[in-house]
Amino acid sequence: MNSSLLFITLLCLTFFSYWFGVKRSLKVAGGAEHKKNLTCLPQQFGLLTAMVCGLPALITLLIFNSVENTIIEQILATTLPANIQALSTIDLGLYLNNIRSIASSETITNLIKSIENQSLNNANLATLEQLKAALTLKELHQQVTWLKTSLVLVVAITSVIVLVRQFSITFKARQKAEAIIRTLLVASSGIAILTTLGIVISVLFESIQFFRSVPPTEFMFGTQWSPQTAMRVDQIGGSGSFGAVPLFAGTLLITFIAMLLAVPVGLMIAIYLSQYANTKLRRVAKPMLEVLAGIPTVVYGFFAALTVAPVIRNLGESFGLSVASESALAAGLVMGTMIIPFVSSLSEDAISAVPESLKEASLGMGATKSETVIKVLLPAALPGIVGAILLAISRAIGETMIVVMAAGMAANLTANPLDSVTTVTVQIVTLLTGDQEFDSPKTLAAFALGLMLFITTLGLNILALKVVRKYREQYD
Amino acid sequence: MNNLNIKENDLSELALTETVGNIYADNAKMSIRNADVYYGEKQAIHNISLDLAQHQVTALIGPSGCGKSTFLRCLNRMNDTIDICRVTGQLMLDNDDIYAKDLDPVLLRARVGMVFQKPNPFPKSIYDNVAYGARIHGLTNNKTELDEIVETSLQKAGLFNEVKDRLKEPGTGLSGGQQQRLCIARTIAVSPEVILMDEPASALDPIATAIIEELIDELKEKYTIAIVTHSMQQAARVSQHTAYFHMGKLVEMGKTEDIFTRPEHKLTENYITGRFG
Repeated sequence: MNSSLLFITLLCLTFFSYWFGVKRSLKVAGGAEHKKNLTCLPQQFGLLTAMVCGLPALITLLIFNSVENTIIEQILATTLPANIQALSTIDLGLYLNNIRSIASSETITNLIKSIENQSLNNANLATLEQLKAALTLKELHQQVTWLKTSLVLVVAITSVIVLVRQFSITFKARQKAEAIIRTLLVASSGIAILTTLGIVISVLFESIQFFRSVPPTEFMFGTQWSPQTAMRVDQIGGSGSFGAVPLFAGTLLITFIAMLLAVPVGLMIAIYLSQYANTKLRRVAKPMLEVLAGIPTVVYGFFAALTVAPVIRNLGESFGLSVASESALAAGLVMGTMIIPFVSSLSEDAISAVPESLKEASLGMGATKSETVIKVLLPAALPGIVGAILLAISRAIGETMIVVMAAGMAANLTANPLDSVTTVTVQIVTLLTGDQEFDSPKTLAAFALGLMLFITTLGLNILALKVVRKYREQYD
Repeated sequence: MNNLNIKENDLSELALTETVGNIYADNAKMSIRNADVYYGEKQAIHNISLDLAQHQVTALIGPSGCGKSTFLRCLNRMNDTIDICRVTGQLMLDNDDIYAKDLDPVLLRARVGMVFQKPNPFPKSIYDNVAYGARIHGLTNNKTELDEIVETSLQKAGLFNEVKDRLKEPGTGLSGGQQQRLCIARTIAVSPEVILMDEPASALDPIATAIIEELIDELKEKYTIAIVTHSMQQAARVSQHTAYFHMGKLVEMGKTEDIFTRPEHKLTENYITGRFG
């Protein structure tokens, strides 16, 4: 039985054990009419039985699946002839790969036939030993699958039997089921945390490897970015320089342009929607703004590259300015458009959270709407708005697709928005696309850039959270 | 059972009656005639007419949901902030129709100030709270004049001595009673003619309430005051005129001592003797 079939069987067993748990609990109670005797409801018994049936078996299945291939190959390696076992790890890996591909392309009967005929005339250049090994592999797989199936089913059934034997009138099925559910919930949140930790650690280790070949000071303060490394020892001009300053400068420039557009426009939208727009209009305008946030960034990307950039270049040329076809301005403006809904939606929440009584106090004294907004609502909502802006900035810094398509590749260190600049994310993409060796500084540089980016956005997010928390304490 | 009967009687009686007592004042600062207020389709105020006598305190009393706050908020057009609210009838401040098309609600609210149920100082300094209105209306030309307005307003609100050393501290740091007096000072600072108070002491302790009541008594020398209150004792203590509202209608209005000693209408009598409310 393969894993998916086994999984379905397990699912059926779980459903069945729910029903079984209900029935058993009723029997313990002395029939359905006496179910009031039980301290817990029959369906709680059922739920507990189902969970006790499904969960341990599922965990067994998962563990087995994750280790089974390693174990099989280790057993296989011991059966191989001594001269092959003596091979180096890499060669042995190749040999095993070969065997694996034979095993997956042939059925057991075919393999036996070929071994019996000793006919090596089929297209692959398999030796007799390889064929034999492939046969062993197949047989091992079969055995392991049987072992797995029986083990999982035995675990499922024994757990149910052990549980059901404990059933009594006072059995605390509800509390136990709740405890299991709580454990499940904790485990799920653990997954998110562990994944984050895992990513951070892997990026950190690769970065450390990078910093072994390029000193951190050069990386952080160098102003030259040309991440070429030599393919051959005697190659000229392939030394590479890894100064990340131009990349961060480019990122900051584009982010700055984006915020220059997104913050005022977003804020004004927020003010309009929360204070001026009537209910009908708000009901239409809010979802439309959210659609803006839902457009895939790649769409924004080609919008930036194909529509906005040429317009800006033509406009610039009509003023006699030379504008790069991939200007920071184009990328920044489109990114700003993308970020508008973030700013407007979060700021609107902040403004709406200002107590109505403050607004009434101001209006009641004869302040106009705009005076009220400027002098009372905005100052009171400022922490929330700052939080919104910081979140938007970290979003802008991490944004990739728009800049990949609309910003350039040239790592210019410039403050001129009409020039072409490149960003950290663009460079990470270029460094890692295509066939790359994972031990050269060129590829590892991507991890170092990723780490720096991660630290920056993490810092901004923490700052934003702190500001927002402070805001929460302000009223009440 | 008995209670239910009373309520049914009340309704039928109310449907038949007009306002009893005397709604007119000799020197009316505001006079309201046949005011109706609707929230969407629902009518919240039915045909109310009354006068607010100049330099006197008029108390609006009545059970919860009777429309007294709604009515109060019509007097400086605070209800404009509610989209679905519609006001008809004639509402006059001196000789100005406050719902006239060419009347600017912003200027109206400078003349008719409002103090709210919950103290709502801005999260600014005490000084800035009081100076707020004067600044937006451009009442002063320089800092000295503004200082003067802030000081006299705080003095009139009986708060100056308590806060004179900490004018730069946030107004939200004061006690509830002080906050409410700060809000009164803030309202006075724009020199309104009428002050509307919506249960100004309901969130305060008895001592702070007593201070506010004393203050209201002093303020009536300069301002015309309308106060919504749930406390019959408060109405009796601070007001010269009392209007009793019931289910969006004005049941009875008259001099406070008359209302509390010889109510003409059975509903008023029931309410002030505590039979319901």
